[in-house]
Amino acid sequence: MRPDGEGEGLRHIHQPIRHDAADRHVTGSAPYIDDIREPEGTLHVVPGGAPVAHGRLVRLDLAAVRAVPGVVAVLTAADIPAVNDVSPVAGDDPLFAVDTIAFHGQPLFAVVAESRDTARRAVRLAVIAVAEEPPLVDVADALAADADLMPAYAFRRGDPEAVLAASPAPVAGTLRIGGQEHFYLEGQAALVIPEEDGTYLIHSSTQHPSEVQHVVARVLGITDAAIEVAVRRMGGGFGGKESQASGWAAMAALAARVTGRPAKIRLDRDDDFIMTGKRHDFLVSYRAAHDPGGRVEAVEVRFAGRCGYSHDLSSSINDRTMFHADNAYFYPQVHIHSRRLKTHTVSNTAFRGFGGPQGMVFAEHLMDRIAWATGRDPLDVRYANLYGTDERNITPYGMVVEDNVAEALMRQLEATSDYRARRAATAAFNAGSRVLKKGIALTPVKFGISFTTTFLNQAGALVHVYQDGSIHLNHGGTEMGQGLFVKVAQVVAEEFGVALDRVRITATHTGKVPNTSPTAASSGTDMNGMAAKAAAAEIKGRIAEFIARDWQVPVASIAFRDDRVWSGERSLSFAEVVKKAYLARTHLSAAGFYATPKITWDRPKATGRPFFYFAYGASCSEVTIDTLTGEFTVDRVDILHDAGRSLNPAIDIGQIEGGFVQGMGWLTMEELVFDAKGRLRTHAPSTYKIPTARDVPEDFRVAFFDNPNREDTIYRSKAIGEPPLMLANSVFCAIADAVHALAPGRAVALDAPATPEAILFACSKQTGEG
Amino acid sequence: MTTTRPIRFLHRGTLVEAAGFAPMTTVLDWLRLDRRLTGTKEGCGEGDCGACTVALGRVKDGRLVYEPANACILLLGQLDGAELVTVEDLAADGQLHPVQQALVDHHGSQCGFCTPGFVMSLFTLYHDAGGARDRAAVLSRLAGNLCRCTGYRPIVDAALAACAAPPADGHHDRRTASAAILAGLADTADVCVGDENAFFAAPASLDALAALMESHPDATLVGGATDVGLWITKQLRTLPKLVHTGRVAALRAIEQTATALTIGAAVTYAEAETALGALDPDIALLIDRLGSAQVRAAGTIGGNVANGSPIGDMPPLLIALGATVTLRCGGSVRLLPLEHFFLAYGRQDRAPGEILTHVTVPRPEAGDHLRVFKIAKRHDQDISAVMMALKVRLDGRRIAAARTAFGGMAGIPKRATAVEQALAGVCVDDTGAIAAAVARLRDDFAPLDDHRASAAYRLRVAGNLITKGLMEIAAGERSSTRLVPLREAHHAA
Repeated sequence: MRPDGEGEGLRHIHQPIRHDAADRHVTGSAPYIDDIREPEGTLHVVPGGAPVAHGRLVRLDLAAVRAVPGVVAVLTAADIPAVNDVSPVAGDDPLFAVDTIAFHGQPLFAVVAESRDTARRAVRLAVIAVAEEPPLVDVADALAADADLMPAYAFRRGDPEAVLAASPAPVAGTLRIGGQEHFYLEGQAALVIPEEDGTYLIHSSTQHPSEVQHVVARVLGITDAAIEVAVRRMGGGFGGKESQASGWAAMAALAARVTGRPAKIRLDRDDDFIMTGKRHDFLVSYRAAHDPGGRVEAVEVRFAGRCGYSHDLSSSINDRTMFHADNAYFYPQVHIHSRRLKTHTVSNTAFRGFGGPQGMVFAEHLMDRIAWATGRDPLDVRYANLYGTDERNITPYGMVVEDNVAEALMRQLEATSDYRARRAATAAFNAGSRVLKKGIALTPVKFGISFTTTFLNQAGALVHVYQDGSIHLNHGGTEMGQGLFVKVAQVVAEEFGVALDRVRITATHTGKVPNTSPTAASSGTDMNGMAAKAAAAEIKGRIAEFIARDWQVPVASIAFRDDRVWSGERSLSFAEVVKKAYLARTHLSAAGFYATPKITWDRPKATGRPFFYFAYGASCSEVTIDTLTGEFTVDRVDILHDAGRSLNPAIDIGQIEGGFVQGMGWLTMEELVFDAKGRLRTHAPSTYKIPTARDVPEDFRVAFFDNPNREDTIYRSKAIGEPPLMLANSVFCAIADAVHALAPGRAVALDAPATPEAILFACSKQTGEG
Repeated sequence: MTTTRPIRFLHRGTLVEAAGFAPMTTVLDWLRLDRRLTGTKEGCGEGDCGACTVALGRVKDGRLVYEPANACILLLGQLDGAELVTVEDLAADGQLHPVQQALVDHHGSQCGFCTPGFVMSLFTLYHDAGGARDRAAVLSRLAGNLCRCTGYRPIVDAALAACAAPPADGHHDRRTASAAILAGLADTADVCVGDENAFFAAPASLDALAALMESHPDATLVGGATDVGLWITKQLRTLPKLVHTGRVAALRAIEQTATALTIGAAVTYAEAETALGALDPDIALLIDRLGSAQVRAAGTIGGNVANGSPIGDMPPLLIALGATVTLRCGGSVRLLPLEHFFLAYGRQDRAPGEILTHVTVPRPEAGDHLRVFKIAKRHDQDISAVMMALKVRLDGRRIAAARTAFGGMAGIPKRATAVEQALAGVCVDDTGAIAAAVARLRDDFAPLDDHRASAAYRLRVAGNLITKGLMEIAAGERSSTRLVPLREAHHAA
């Protein structure tokens, strides 16, 4: 018997239903922003960026740009009617830089032309003079200059310094963790259509339509109500279109305002790389004390995160790094310190996991360090440090871990992946192999679900039932490929007891559901599913009341199933009942609302319950490295993941596999290289390599851990968007394990990403050659 | 120039005659902006993501063959004589194509933006019934299609499912008629669109090509446009005069003798794969990793050599094999050892108007051992950080002669002559002597730091590659040192 008592007799929920737009994806008939048929006279906007990373703008001569035939307008800050700021929070992201240049590629102007090609070519004719100043490029530069963008922050419990001072053999070290470009396949794009009386309709590829609305209103000096933002789908988001879609929509809106014509912006891929933020990279330094069995006694860890030139969402992102510096492990005495550093590089932003992955990579590295020091199997060190269920269950930020299933999940994966035998086989292989070495690692994931900015944990939905019994579904969540729309449609179809195709999925639209939160923090289904269920339930209740009156039966006897409405044996088709209800003047539209319960967070005191619940998972990866070149292959991956009771197993498997591969790319081949002048040198897929099909092991075994959510979430499911990314930590740890085999007992000096170069040099250090 | 005939190609069952287009027009822009067919997406504009993949049908060896192409860097003029198939053309009578249906059934799309490109790459594999259509073939075919959502597993599963049966779709049913139409387009007329000052030309004969280049030495020669396409889409260069080599029959042939291969400059990687790959499994692997299926179907051996890149994958291999190139200017022809063609970074021994027509590759002889290694951050479709080719002639256990060339180590593809000299006469089992020889790399190269690798790594790994190659040659096997098992070259058909 399941604790939730749910799941029986459900028609759509827990079913592997395909993505609602799958047929349109494969035929090319699913429109993205650039595919929307342009209104007659649409102009094209292309930004012009700063040629250096830091300095004072001395001259911006755009005469040659304006003179190009086909150029209709050239926009600068002087054209902005209201506020020159497109930031999400802090007021420090100018749409166009005016005096100070803060990063290479920072927009200084934009060309508005009859064709995109004309605009792109015209941009290059600008004459830009800058009094250049030396840039702070990386974390080390910023640390040396004490360039803190915002105050440092810390979690503390006990007196770890004292424990460390008394420890006979603490481990200590540093770890670099690289950033990551989102590489959503559809770049940043927006189409702005001016409508009557100074209002605008904006089609934007954004995870946060309400913020596009706010930002455009702020820049143009008009009200939120004068702007409608619509998003049918994105060609990928991954966090990169949470805060950083707004500026491009604002640029196109300004073009529409200045010219009175529709205006479209679609960033060239290189511009997208150069001008939009990425996952934060970190320098982590740590000390930890442990007992002879490898159990942690105290941890002191300092995270130095590169925020870039402005705040963006960096405060919350770096907080989440701290929230996840424990991953699934209990640190009895702990000091987690975080500095948020300013550099003259693009402002780093949300990216799947939102800072959490970096904290967790540290935690896994720490477990390996202790294993190497103690000689124990890294998996046993991990077991020794897991949170308990009744004790050892309080996080460094004072939240009790109530739903811990990490050990049971890991033990199950240990068995199904045959970890112990493969650990032995790996050792045997390594004993007989000179050039190639194998490594294996099994690592857990524990990821906190909820926005840690508490007010964002709210969602709305709008459901209409039309007279023919068809249903219009709208909610505040956006579809970026993650399958949110089909999941919420499943919920609504289930509620009404109708076939899924009766529910029409519609574009997210600020005119239908207002004041939306971004589709982020893995919260989309949890929140929008609940809001839509509430809306559907309200309409269903009204219909039930009506038909009970009509049939003169108790309301409690009314049931909705199989596309019919029932009372006992009596039934009528859903469409007929709806028609009757309409004629009897029943309100067939409802707005639903949901606010996540239980969560509290007192940031100044660093205590509370920032997360509604945790999602868990574990993965076991086996790799082989070439010790002469540093190349590696992933030979097998086993994943066991906690999706609660999966609302849609097909969609959730897709999130698990896709998240894992994206995380694997981050930790192995995706390398952002900035030169000494602060220019990004890897600004296109020719130089920035994300995984291809061949990088995914043929032996890739993914399963769900059966674990209905103990919290009252939508059909006891769990959030799935972000947690699987961190399953890739086992790949990084397995590579380190392979390097370790060269000289067991010595700490492996491997940073992320583990490129061939990083692996080869780690091998050299391991054997003492380098 | 005498005006000849316009571009002709088959699209959606109709013969398209294009005369009034700008020479630099890409197929992607023509589809999206001119024809408003927006199923084909632009993901990167440089041929690296595959979202814009279309299929090109051509008659090869009497058979209609579909190959994938990146429409973003494919010039409209290059379509001459081909059938263009896009994602809009596959579903028929309300029925999804088997490839499309398999992707739907296996949950192979999430955001969907890359999906049309995957569909088209798989469409070409689906029709490649003469070739292998196993997992290795699927991975090879999909190397140029990036997906950021799915993790690829469901796409690979869909590909295997769709390709489990022989092709049975409208394109297969029409193949004889389509081939006949395309055969009818394959005339010997010189193609040119434009005027004296701006044109896209595709001469049909080597004489016409040579004459055209002699009269327009400022024109840009275009092989597959896998590089020139980026000059247009990324560097925004203005290239008013484009001369495409793809219709010159004499440049499209591979001539094989007992001692050498002579490869026409316009032969694509895909076309050369079988002949070159037969020389050594390492060469087959290198070509399988070179670019992507899209790039290999368009890019040419001649283009890879002639553009002078220090990081092209073919030149180090060809130099190690002792290749020579044939150059023609007007009516005069000269031969040059390939290693002397590369003068300095960005500079080659090629006069304005001169055409690289052939590359002649001596076959390795008995006693020759070859090793070819490519180092990059990613196995597929990545530019080499370091590329090494090593040819060793053994006399018993003694190295009689060694010839090794590198890419990524200097401004040009270059031999490591100091290492070669130091290796001569060394016993292949003498690890000390080999280490001493490898240390001479510092006399040969002073590589640069860049975004692909540091100078220190380049030097270290270059030495290790020589060591590894000789270790394998000494052991007489290369299985215990390879992450990726070698296999027979994957033959296209």
